[in-house]
Amino acid sequence: MEVSIWIFLLLSVLKVAVVTVILLTSVAYTVLLERKVVGRIQNRWGPSRVGPFGLLQPLADGLKLFLKEDLMPTSVYRPLFILAPIIALSCALMSISMIPFGPQVHYKGVDLFQISDVNIGLLILLGISGVGVYGIALAGWSSNNKYSLFGALRASAQLISYELALGLSLVGVVLRSESFRLRDIVNTQSTHGLLSWNFFGGFQFVAFFIYLMAAYAETNRAPFDLPEAETELTAGYHTEYSSMKFAMFFMAEYANMITVGCVATLLFLGGWSSPFGNLFPAIGGPIIQNLLPIFWFVAKVFFFLFLYIWVRGTLPRFRYDQLMGFGWKVLLPVAILNIVVTSFLLALRTT
Amino acid sequence: MHLVLFFIFGGLCVAGALNLLLQRHPINSALSLIVVMSSLAVLYLMLGAEFLAAAQIIVYSGAIMVLFTFVIMLLNAGREDRTHGSKAAYLVGFPGAAILLAMLVYIFLSNRGSLGGARLGDYLVTTSDLSRVLFRDLLLPFEVTSILLLVAILGAVVLARKEH
Repeated sequence: MEVSIWIFLLLSVLKVAVVTVILLTSVAYTVLLERKVVGRIQNRWGPSRVGPFGLLQPLADGLKLFLKEDLMPTSVYRPLFILAPIIALSCALMSISMIPFGPQVHYKGVDLFQISDVNIGLLILLGISGVGVYGIALAGWSSNNKYSLFGALRASAQLISYELALGLSLVGVVLRSESFRLRDIVNTQSTHGLLSWNFFGGFQFVAFFIYLMAAYAETNRAPFDLPEAETELTAGYHTEYSSMKFAMFFMAEYANMITVGCVATLLFLGGWSSPFGNLFPAIGGPIIQNLLPIFWFVAKVFFFLFLYIWVRGTLPRFRYDQLMGFGWKVLLPVAILNIVVTSFLLALRTT
Repeated sequence: MHLVLFFIFGGLCVAGALNLLLQRHPINSALSLIVVMSSLAVLYLMLGAEFLAAAQIIVYSGAIMVLFTFVIMLLNAGREDRTHGSKAAYLVGFPGAAILLAMLVYIFLSNRGSLGGARLGDYLVTTSDLSRVLFRDLLLPFEVTSILLLVAILGAVVLARKEH
């Protein structure tokens, strides 16, 4: 079907805008969720004053951050000091463009539930997360502050080390689905509901746990949040930042969490496919049938976000040498072993 | 469309390379090198080599250049003083570079027919095509290269190990 380039452009821009707004809103509410859940874990209420159940707290926080004075410390290296939070946030926002949120639904030649459908989507996600390191590294270096520099050094070393385990843990999934395209990866898991998910059916639960741990380290979250360990480094790489520049780092961190949740959902939990497969007859009209996959997708991503917060509220922080030892001596060998076993099983099945 | 993109990213690549040489602060040079690597990735993508483009971003822009900036940050290398260069560089360097360039251009242009060409376009070399070539037709060079890399890693470990 030939559609005019203008309708295509308009719909694409609209799609990007809608996804960005939804992502940023969910970033704000993930922060609220984190404060609430961690509050409950620590036997207190969490934010409860602004709006019913504290639901308007993100608005108040955002307003506060906007209105704060944007301090520029005197001895920073100015161009990179300004560039660093922009790199961090733009990389975090860019990776969401590869994520398919639901099955392929075309309207006037535009795919409704995905911004861009790329053959090598998974590789591009890895590339963007690799480039995102510069945000943190440059922030720490340009701040001209020893705490910031140490935070940035730790973050870079941690990200390089854990990116290996992260990349290798995905190889098993790619081997099974024979494609880097995220839609293909989901489609190979959607035949028998729960049982054909990579997590259960495909013997990839090892890869799943490696991915989860490496991704926690990649997003600098507890128990791997050494780059911003308050007790030793004040606030790590963003010690010198204030107001909107700090908010950009903050948003980047939570946007990365959401992306990790989306990728884990797509790769290991069958994406938007229902856990019951085709067990139940299709109910409702076409609109409900189209929205149901989105519901499953969001529910799974929500589960991952909750897990992130739960882990943060439960586990103490690693020591730095433990962190490095764990990444190189445990996660990496297990990930390689998983690739060997998976490819061996696949070779047995095909011959 | 492809031609416009080619000129944009080709220009960015050359500008980044020049900036790399002209900047006096090592971290700015490293950042210009990242720009060069990333624009090269876009050029690969326009030639249809999607896997190569992604690998370029992941390996060069992502991993190797992070190590570069890491080392610069760790050594806290400062701004460098500009020297006027040696006489020998002026006398030999510029003519030498010009002769090399002329020779390369001459050789490429005279052998244009036998080199085969790539063109900008919409076609793609998929990852499975690439791996078929790599693991079937070029398996031996591939394995030999991986052993070479292994040797290099072992050498680095030996060099970095402290004497007891």
